[in-house]
Amino acid sequence: MKTVQEKEQATIEVNGQKHITGAEALLECLIEEGVDTIFGYPGGAIMPVYDKLMDYEDRLKHILTRHEQGAAHAAQAYAMVTGRPGICFATSGPGATNLVTGIANAFLDSVPVVFITAQVVSSLIGTDAFQETDIIGVSMPITKWNCQVKKSHEIPDTIAKAFYIAKSGRPGPVLIDITKDAQLEKLNFKYKKCDYIRSYNPHIPLHTKAIESAAIMINHAERPLILAGHGVLISGAEDELKAFAEKTGIPVASTLLGLSGFPSSHRLFTGMLGMHGNYGPNLLTNEADLIIAIGMRFDDRVTGNLKKYAKKATIIHIEIDEAEINKNVVVDVEINNDAKEALKYLIPLVKENSFEKWIREFRICDKTEYEKVIKPETIPEKGEIKMGEVVSRISEITKGEAIIVTDVGQNQMVAARYYKFNHPNSLVTSGGMGTMGFGLPAGLGAKIGRPDKQVITFVGDGGIQMTIQELGTIFQYNVPVKIIILNNNFLGMVRQWQDMFFDKRYASTELVNPDFVMISKAYSIPAKKVSKREDLNSSLQEMLASEGPYLLDIAIEKEGNVFPMVEPGASVSEIRLTY
Amino acid sequence: MKQEFTISLFTEDHIGILGQITIILTRRQINIDSITASESAVTGVQLLTIVVSTTDEMIQKVARQMEKLVDVMKVFVHSSDQIIYQEIALFKISTKGLMSGNVIDHIVRDHHARILEVSPEYIVLEKTGHKTEITELLAQLEPYGVLQFARSGRVAITKQVKELNSYLKEMDEANRFKTEPTLN
Ligand SMILES: Cc1ncc(C[n+]2csc(CCOP(=O)(O)OP(=O)(O)O)c2C)c(N)n1
Repeated sequence: MKTVQEKEQATIEVNGQKHITGAEALLECLIEEGVDTIFGYPGGAIMPVYDKLMDYEDRLKHILTRHEQGAAHAAQAYAMVTGRPGICFATSGPGATNLVTGIANAFLDSVPVVFITAQVVSSLIGTDAFQETDIIGVSMPITKWNCQVKKSHEIPDTIAKAFYIAKSGRPGPVLIDITKDAQLEKLNFKYKKCDYIRSYNPHIPLHTKAIESAAIMINHAERPLILAGHGVLISGAEDELKAFAEKTGIPVASTLLGLSGFPSSHRLFTGMLGMHGNYGPNLLTNEADLIIAIGMRFDDRVTGNLKKYAKKATIIHIEIDEAEINKNVVVDVEINNDAKEALKYLIPLVKENSFEKWIREFRICDKTEYEKVIKPETIPEKGEIKMGEVVSRISEITKGEAIIVTDVGQNQMVAARYYKFNHPNSLVTSGGMGTMGFGLPAGLGAKIGRPDKQVITFVGDGGIQMTIQELGTIFQYNVPVKIIILNNNFLGMVRQWQDMFFDKRYASTELVNPDFVMISKAYSIPAKKVSKREDLNSSLQEMLASEGPYLLDIAIEKEGNVFPMVEPGASVSEIRLTY
Repeated sequence: MKQEFTISLFTEDHIGILGQITIILTRRQINIDSITASESAVTGVQLLTIVVSTTDEMIQKVARQMEKLVDVMKVFVHSSDQIIYQEIALFKISTKGLMSGNVIDHIVRDHHARILEVSPEYIVLEKTGHKTEITELLAQLEPYGVLQFARSGRVAITKQVKELNSYLKEMDEANRFKTEPTLN
């Protein structure tokens, strides 16, 4: 066997170009793109790449998850907290198809992840060879772009293109499928980053006319409202949004994925939009005379019944993806631009203003919501522990400085509602897809991306069991993520709908659960069960003070419901505080 | 109200591009009336011409979704009065039926069709025109025994003056003013 040094010497350089295999070229490309972490899972077709990874251990850290879906979610969370593309490897066939949920999740939430799948040798493609699936066909509608590589010399340009596409414009996942023979074949390696594709132009010149007319409308509005989406965070427009809101005095509401793009404690912040969002911004959307939507896509969970949505408002839509403009809501001013660039141009054009009377309406709503929902949910005096209470305590103890990761369901809505975010990109959640099983692997990916931050992941007792094997990854790499199971022994969110809309017929939503503390301990992850209110605070403190990973299994009121709620089919102004 | 639209897509010659485009129509439950693919006037650029019927509102949405595809350069949507278009049809008819009297001469002349081949068993006619004209001819030929019939997809040229090349140039220029993509 050759040693690593001998192998390195074997890579001869010709005219400044290294003569290396496709597998090595792939890893060199990743290094050129600034990658240092890869999430993945090996298998037959991708073995040449994994073999070479051993020679790159000093520069590329590979995290072996326990399932490819976990690798995909971890890579996405890594991208969301670092702002750099996540990287995910999988083998052909089942490895590739196991990624599908993760790819679709990243696609719907516009997160740049570069997926590398291996493919059987090119001569076997199309023959239903062992572990051959048409992952290009399968992933076509859920990737921003995908491409199969059958020749090693195509690897550098294709990878360069993949990174450029994933990061630019409205970001999204890309998938490169590399045949095993292309991984083994040698090439003369030379890398050039991609910054231009003829058919793809993410750099849209500023629509100055449209922005100027928007400014006039803003300067004449009486009840304006800003709706801030994920696009604010993606374009890095948090400062511009703050400057714009402060100068104009316009209140700001946020979508789920837009949370943390504007400080939760800011006097102009009115809360979250949508089905389980706050009372004020939902109700008053239908009272606004001007809506300035920034980097968001009017998802049905945000708009409720479209026929009764924002009928009194003129709508200005700043959005980088032209296909999202006029898709769900017909708007009056289209500004098809990057949020940051558009706001930069807009700010000097708007006048200083304040809308105290209008903002007071939000505060009145806040008070109602506080009395009817928030207070009983976050500071209950008796009964079992409530989800909102746990999130509130975490918010207070961490002072809004942590990165919050969630799974899907009630735990997600409550975490989004009751954590007070101070910093951009501090919420990692599955918005568009609502993928149960996202929380645990995403927590792992987020902590690896931001080891300097306290990372806390909230999961339901249902959702954690979809990807619970990732405790193994957390154990193996000793990733100090804090895991809180909000355990109600139910598929809570579905049970809530059964409660409200299906005559309380709890069809297949009750769970008989394992002992999560024992499971955690089997992975050597310290864990504790909490059932009493008086133990809650000290247990949370103990968990947050611990060095390594930690799991808290908190017994939550079994049949708690999340409110407020805009029921399916209802208008945002029909938002209910109780039922 | 549904109406007929011709979508002209200029794309890179990327494998799978047709699939990406048809998925967009499938998701919105839009049937493809006809489709043709060929090289365009610009080397390396493919031209796809797709005819669909849908609403004005929906065609705008799908066109934007198509244009968003990385390998699609430019999408044009036209109603039928904004383009010059043709389809071509071939008819194989039994000789026996058609040769009696002067029928064949009349039909060919009246419909501006062309005879491509004559054999004792069959005659092959060609007709270029709009779909309605082709269907009319088909109806007229039916009594004589149509053995085979095939109609092409639409090929279309726009009446507008601005050509793809100038769009490509604009895109190039826009790129020169670009800033590095920021991601936070
Ligand atoms: C993969 C997947 N399957 C099914 C669903 C539908 N679903 C949404 S919320 C939910 C219940 C989640 O229960 P649990 O994880 O216990 O969390 P809770 O709502 O109780 O906080 C289900 C089944 C989903 N979102 N994702």
